[in-house]
Amino acid sequence: MTDAAELRRRTQELLAAHPPATTDRLDFLRARFDAGLAWVHYPEGLGGLGAPRHLQAVVDAELEAAGAPDNDARRNGIGLGMAAPTILKYGTEEQKQRYLRPLWTGEEVWCQLFSEPGAGSDLAALGTRAVPDGDDWVVNGQKVWTSGAHNARWAILIARTDPSVPKHAGITYFLCDMTDPGVDVRPLRQITGEAEFNEVFLSDVRIPDSCRLGEVGNGWRVAQTTLNNERVAIGGMRLPREGGMIGPVAKTWRERPELRTHDLHQRLLKLWVESEVSRLTAERLRQQLVAGQPGYEGSGMKLAFARLNQEISGLEVELRGQEGLLYDDWTLRRPELVDFTGRDAGYRYLRSKGNSIEGGTSEVLLNIVAERVLGLPAEPRTDKDVAWKDLAR
Amino acid sequence: MTDLLYSEEEEALRAAVRDLLADHCDAPGVIARTESGAPHDLAAWKALADGMGLAGLLVPEELGGQGASHREVAVVLEELGRAVAPVPYLTSAVVATEALLVCGDEELLGRLASGRAIGALAVGLHTAPGAVAKTARLENGTLHGELTGIADAAVADVLLVPADDGGLYAVTADAVTVTPQVSLDLTRPLATVTLDGVPGRRIGDAEPAVRRALRTAAGLLASEQLGVADWALTETVRYLKERKQFNRPVGGFQALKHRLAQLWLEVAGLRAAARAAADALATGEDTDVTVAVAQAYSSPVAVRATEEALQLHGGIGMTWEHPVHLYLKRAKADSIACGTAGAHRAVLAELVDLQSP
Repeated sequence: MTDAAELRRRTQELLAAHPPATTDRLDFLRARFDAGLAWVHYPEGLGGLGAPRHLQAVVDAELEAAGAPDNDARRNGIGLGMAAPTILKYGTEEQKQRYLRPLWTGEEVWCQLFSEPGAGSDLAALGTRAVPDGDDWVVNGQKVWTSGAHNARWAILIARTDPSVPKHAGITYFLCDMTDPGVDVRPLRQITGEAEFNEVFLSDVRIPDSCRLGEVGNGWRVAQTTLNNERVAIGGMRLPREGGMIGPVAKTWRERPELRTHDLHQRLLKLWVESEVSRLTAERLRQQLVAGQPGYEGSGMKLAFARLNQEISGLEVELRGQEGLLYDDWTLRRPELVDFTGRDAGYRYLRSKGNSIEGGTSEVLLNIVAERVLGLPAEPRTDKDVAWKDLAR
Repeated sequence: MTDLLYSEEEEALRAAVRDLLADHCDAPGVIARTESGAPHDLAAWKALADGMGLAGLLVPEELGGQGASHREVAVVLEELGRAVAPVPYLTSAVVATEALLVCGDEELLGRLASGRAIGALAVGLHTAPGAVAKTARLENGTLHGELTGIADAAVADVLLVPADDGGLYAVTADAVTVTPQVSLDLTRPLATVTLDGVPGRRIGDAEPAVRRALRTAAGLLASEQLGVADWALTETVRYLKERKQFNRPVGGFQALKHRLAQLWLEVAGLRAAARAAADALATGEDTDVTVAVAQAYSSPVAVRATEEALQLHGGIGMTWEHPVHLYLKRAKADSIACGTAGAHRAVLAELVDLQSP
């Protein structure tokens, strides 16, 4: 069993062999991966040591103190949070060896080709087709809301491989090379003015069968691993008091007494309390995970996060009064990462509208809480036993 | 760092209290009792205080108590809330005890800790920590006046009375007139205490004792509110899985599922806030902010949980025989007890520097 002392020792060894001051950033990250200190809960040989997940904090603290470069995890959130755990669970040995190291170091950024214009909340209704042809699959279809596709080297992709069976049974999961011919990434401009999302058109894209993840027809189950990890990633942040969206508005309130009104004061205090309770709930969830008694709070964290972000940013635009009528910049930009609390109040207000849609709409998440946590009856399903090709569209 | 979980010992304590209350405080029994002249369940109180030693949780062992912490008391209050138990636990084992701990009155503490005596602080239940409490008049060494809204005074053996000289006085119940008031919450009835030239024993300064007692009560009341809200949610989910309309379980309709899921989310928040307050009271760290946050959050959630429970039970929820009204009345009364959510938000505004205009 690898304990904290052992991890500290190994981290010091890494630092001694590769002094951060004189080592190239990427060389250091690769050496860290090879030493099993990238994500310590991963298996040996794949960037980890099979240690308990919470001991990662021990390694991170040592490395930070030594001024070591980190892998700028926010730039590859989909890779780290969703692609990696899915590849770890369903990948072949070759796939794990090939993809996990450059994914972790950030040499290869990942995106997620899941949603389609006709398959959002009803993701299993997707229509992108993958047809076998020799050792390849030929893929045709259109994906949408693809964050970061313009920076991505690889994508996780789900496509329909058998239209003659019910919709959940005919899906297969692939790893798609975004540089392949036939992959066309087009910016999708959003209400904020920037294009953080994309549409991705797939025209006769040839994916080798070696890039299939899991069994043919088992893609829905594989995708569940990705989606469960998505929600954990969104709810798992650890913040100090006033660490989230409430921070900027509290600061504005303190610095600009001339903007204060009684109505806004009441709303601000209420949201401050709710932000603090949300932070405590996330902290309680984290303590439960560490103690090995996972709770269900994670299912609900994203709901609270989305609602609070929207209410708080809306309040801030109002608080700014005359300035609230202005916007910082409508220029089309292609950001490398999503920054909910960046830019000005108007941006935060508009961007936060997506928080209740991306990664599962609040309506779908409420259904999930009601059914899986509270055990209430599922929605009636008329499409469950019908072949996908026979569904009305 | 704040410990927001329950320890194994705390879970064992919960199980023991829940067992005891299952035997003593079933809903039909509580309802029947509210209609009698003696709404308090003194048999349940004796079993809790004397049998299990829970009245002395906050009192050090050398003074005859259990030397436990606010975290354990919070667990007891969760279960008492879940059963809307009509026992003077909050008033005697928490409020009066905490006031006596500030004053250092060992003799009285010992009696309260053992459950041999029930104490009540003669301050209106609605009073927020830090608010100015109404006092009795001290004239020629005796106490005069009328104090209203005193919770559980009807069963108290000793009343702790703040007087206009700044002192806190211990007064035996025999010496005063206690007149029951018709209370919204039938399970924590209020009374008027009339003092007509009553002798009292000065046990200390009123201001610090009352402030400390009410702050503790406010923080731990969140755990009682958690018990109330958790009962309302659990019971409503159970009922909606059973109850059929339109040939389907009512709980399968999305409009209702979303309401319950939203409520679950708020109760999860209430649990975190209540645990944080109990832990902050036990450790003394960041206590004022954590208590104010817990009270500002808990009251509206507990009220909403019981209001949702009533609505989603339909007609049966409106009847006297179904216990949901006991919980609604307790939740609404609790939302005023020890200061409203708004009062706690106002305190918070000062504490975290979000000043009013």
